[in-house]
This record gives sequence, structure tokens and C-alpha cells, in this order.
Amino acid sequence: MDVTLINPFINATINVLETMAFVTVTPGKPYGKKDNTAGGDVTGVLGLTGVANGTIAVSFEEKCILTVVSNMFGEDMDTLNDDIADAVGELTNMISGQARRELDEVGRVFKAAIPSVITGKNHTIRHYTDGPKIAIPFKTDGGNFTIEVCFER
Amino acid sequence: MDTSIKILIVDDFATMRRILKNILKQLGFKNLVEADDGTTAWEILQEQEIDLIISDWNMPKMTGLELLKKARADAKYKAAPFLMVTAEAQKQNVIEAVQAGVSNYVVKPFTAEAISDKLEKILK
Repeated sequence: MDVTLINPFINATINVLETMAFVTVTPGKPYGKKDNTAGGDVTGVLGLTGVANGTIAVSFEEKCILTVVSNMFGEDMDTLNDDIADAVGELTNMISGQARRELDEVGRVFKAAIPSVITGKNHTIRHYTDGPKIAIPFKTDGGNFTIEVCFER
Repeated sequence: MDTSIKILIVDDFATMRRILKNILKQLGFKNLVEADDGTTAWEILQEQEIDLIISDWNMPKMTGLELLKKARADAKYKAAPFLMVTAEAQKQNVIEAVQAGVSNYVVKPFTAEAISDKLEKILK
């Protein structure tokens, strides 16, 4: 996989979470992911087509996403419900949009599908291609989340 | 800004409609209507008198760009303020929206100040 596709998604994740949810986000070291088990309890998955085909997934631990959405709405959210799932879909959408803008500036144009959201302990993430999966862990004061980027070989 | 105007918020994500409503209420706007896709928005535009449209781009049934084009082809909304709030900000998208007659453009993610600044510009 072309690793230069990864950085725009890291930059976009930081910017979206900091702008919309006012949380400080610290990325960890990217690693190759072998299994399909989600790192979090709620995951947004979005397909991308263009100069390469693939998917991104954004998977939040329960505590983290409750903090993030509470900040976005300005009110306490204490349960994983449809509001949280909707917010994860929109966050995934925004991360994709911002990353695609950065890639567009260097002539690499992608189109995005409408995101889907999976909720539940130990759920699996199904990427649309069988390429290598790169996972990037992130820490916030309110908990952890992971993004996965997977493009065809 | 005249905060008594009626604003239609169009986005398929309830999250974004909620965030925009919160910002608009903080700015003093109280007369807010919402739709979760372009088709529903168009029905509202026909039934009610809307002073400002704030719309997402990427939506099922009818996109924000299609809604904008329909509005600009309609005598009632030919010159109505239309703010596009979207994650779709690649060069080609911006060109298409400008050519279709968008009043202004806000890129997601955004701050409350960005929304306020754009509204000041298009409502002055």
C-alpha cells in the first residue's frame, strides 16, 4: 500500500476532533493490523474510490465517543444510542472529506461513499478490499480510538 | 443580522443539524426548520417561506448541489441566500457550487465563528 495515503487521514482526524469536539488528540505509532476485530465499541466505515480503492474505519471506545459527542452537542451523553451512531457517521464523513481535500491538492482525487456505522463490543470491521490494513491509535483525555486505512494492493 | 428570519437546515446527519441549530440559537436565530435530505427540503421550500437555506452537499435522494440548482431555477428562491456547509471542498466541488449560484461555502469541520462570519456576509 502507498503509505503516503496515510498521513492525510491522520492530519484530518486530529483537525476534525479538535475543531468539532474541542479535544486534544495524540496519535500513536501506526502498525499493520492482521485481524478484523474493532479496537472500539462504535465504528464508522467509509468506502473510497479513485486513484486507489479502499476503506477507512474510525473506531471509538465507549468512554471516548461519549466525551467527544458530549462536547460536540454541549450536553452530557451517557449511553451508546442512535445519536452517538449518527455522530460517528458524520465524524467519519468529515475525516474523509478533509483527507480527500489534502490528497486533491497533490492531484490524487478520491470520491467517498456514505458511511455506515457498527456498534457493539468486539464487533468486526469488514474492509472492502483485501489490501494491508494500517491502524493508527489515538489518545485523548476522554479515552482512546483507532483509525484503520485499507487500500487495495 | 436580522435574527427573525426563517432558516432551513438540510443535512442527512442529525448530528450536524443539531450542531448547526445550537450555533444558530446562540446567534439569536429562533425560526429554524430542518430536513434530512434534498427532496424533503424542496417540499418545505414549496410549502413555506424560507429566508435562508443552509445545506449539506452529500445526501441521499437529492444532493445539496441539486437542491441549489432547483432553487436557482425557481422564481421564489432565485436570489435567496444559500450557504453550503459540507465536507466536499475539493476544487471541482467549489467551482460547481459557485457556477450553480451558491451564496457562500463553509467547509466541515468548522467553528461557530466560521458560521457566524459567513452569515454576516450573506445576510448584510
